[in-house]
Amino acid sequence: MSLPHLPLDAITIGAHVDDWTAAITAAGDALVRSGAATSAYTDRMIAVIHEFGAYIVIAPGLALAHARPGADVLTDGLCVVTLAEPVDFGHPHNDPVSVIVGLAVTGADDHLQFVAELANVFNDPAVIPALAGATTAEFVQSVFA
Amino acid sequence: MKIVVMCGIGLGTSAILKVNAERALERLEIEASVQATDVAGVRSVAADAQVILSSSELVGAIGKTNADVIVINNYFDVDELVAKLAIALGS
Repeated sequence: MSLPHLPLDAITIGAHVDDWTAAITAAGDALVRSGAATSAYTDRMIAVIHEFGAYIVIAPGLALAHARPGADVLTDGLCVVTLAEPVDFGHPHNDPVSVIVGLAVTGADDHLQFVAELANVFNDPAVIPALAGATTAEFVQSVFA
Repeated sequence: MKIVVMCGIGLGTSAILKVNAERALERLEIEASVQATDVAGVRSVAADAQVILSSSELVGAIGKTNADVIVINNYFDVDELVAKLAIALGS
């Protein structure tokens, strides 16, 4: 098993957002567009940050938007949103954020392999700056292929 | 040896931290089990743990513990994990 397929319609390049809520919404929109989740999942991703804070900013410049599995997750899915202007999430070390990876999983168990693959991709420190500077969805897709 | 990784909801971010903590332990040649949990479950899961790894945003939610609490800034930086685990585990 590897990462869920990252379709081109799950990738948004250079989104213009004013704050972190809009950034997460852009990631939710990408998951909805690609058929992985409904908009209720977007609201739950935002609720996670309201409840627990900006801990989802897990590396400099990168937020991992996600929530628990639920009826609003239609299939395992991944999305990537890059921001035209970075926004602060309120993380003491890793702000500002310019790349949002959105993750939707149908079950807690089978997502472990996905995140291991995500770790493989992002353990290369060049990847976040490369994604932040991406100009085409095809390039972003190739990073996760 | 037991190491607990904690995030808000117990999947996603904590799973990434678990994967990379295991890579760091392998590099340090330390045998340990790494278990992921959420804020709600940390007290029971970490009762017999030596180390809790988490984000600075969440450490306040851990409460009283005998474990060493380590804040990880970059979850993808295995070097950071190696350095901080080496100090905590005295190797």
